[in-house]
Amino acid sequence: MKEFIEKFAEIFDDVDAASLSGDTKFREMDDWDSIAGLSVIGMVDEEYGVTFNADDMRSCQTIEDLYNKVQSKK
Amino acid sequence: MKESPFRLDGKTILVTGASSGIGRATAIECSRLGASCCILVARNESALKETNALLAEGCEGVVAVCDLSDSDSVSELVKELPLLDGVVCNAGVNKMQLVQFFTEKDIEHIFSVNCFAPMLLMKQLVKRKKLKNPSSVVFTASISGYSNVAPANGVYGASKSALSAYMKYAALELVSKGIRCNAIHPGRVETPLIHNGVTDEEAIKLDMAMYPLGRYADPKEIAWSIIYLLSDAAAWITGTDLVIDGGRSLK
Repeated sequence: MKEFIEKFAEIFDDVDAASLSGDTKFREMDDWDSIAGLSVIGMVDEEYGVTFNADDMRSCQTIEDLYNKVQSKK
Repeated sequence: MKESPFRLDGKTILVTGASSGIGRATAIECSRLGASCCILVARNESALKETNALLAEGCEGVVAVCDLSDSDSVSELVKELPLLDGVVCNAGVNKMQLVQFFTEKDIEHIFSVNCFAPMLLMKQLVKRKKLKNPSSVVFTASISGYSNVAPANGVYGASKSALSAYMKYAALELVSKGIRCNAIHPGRVETPLIHNGVTDEEAIKLDMAMYPLGRYADPKEIAWSIIYLLSDAAAWITGTDLVIDGGRSLK
C-alpha cells in the first residue's frame, strides 16, 4: 500500500507521498484533473499490468479503493 | 437512377476492417448502391460473415480473413484478388495512453495496423496490377490526425496523420495509372473504438456537446462520403483530405 501511494504521488509534479494516505479522496485533491485520471490508468497498466476502464475509476473514491481495485484485477 | 455517377453499379470494392464500425457500414452501403462484389477483409472471420450476411441482394460478398499487419498474409491475399474498381483502407486500432505510458509495443502495433498495413497493401495491389484504370482508393484517416487534438491520443493521431501524408504521395505517383487516392477524416463515430470502456461515458457526453451537429456520426454517414470518393462522381478528385466531422473543427 505504501508503495502504491508513492507511485500514485509520482503522477503529480508537486505532491508529497507523505501528504497522502489510503483514505485520501483523490478527486478532492487540488492537483486532480482529467489528465491525472488518465495517468492513474496508465500507471496501473505499466506498474501492475492491470487494465482499468472508466467504470473501475468511477467505482473508486479513495486511494485505498484504487489499491484494492488493482489487487482484485491482478 | 441506375446511371447516376454517385452509384457503384457493377464495381468490385475491397474494404479492410469490414468486421465492424465504418468498414462494415461501408461494405453494406456499397452493396446497396449497386456494387456487384464486396471483398471483406479483417482478422475476425465470424464478424466478417456477419457483415457478409448484411450485404444487399445482388452483391456478391467475399470473406477474406487476413492479418493486414503481416506482409506475407497481405501478399497471399492480393495474389488471389480479382481486378478492383475501389479499395477502402479502413482497418484501424487504438490504445489511449498519455505520453509517458506508451510502450514500444503499443506504438508499433498502432502504427503497424493504421499506417504500415495500408502501405503494404498498396504496394502489393500496384505491383500485381490489381487496380483498374480508372479506380479509386480511400484511406480512413481521422480528425485526430488533422486538427482535433485530445489527451491520450497522440500515437493514434500521429499514425493517421502519417497515413494522410502517404495518401498524397500515392495519389501523385499513381495518377498516370488512373488510380485516384483520397483520405477521409471522420470525427467521432459510434463504433466499438469509442465505447471501449477506457473513455468515460460522461466524458463522451461532454465531447459530443463539442460537435455543432450535436452527436457523433452514424457509421453510415462516413460510408456515404467514402462511397462518393469511390464513385465516378469524384472522378476529378485525387490527393484530397475530406473532413467529415459534424462541424467539430468549427469549434
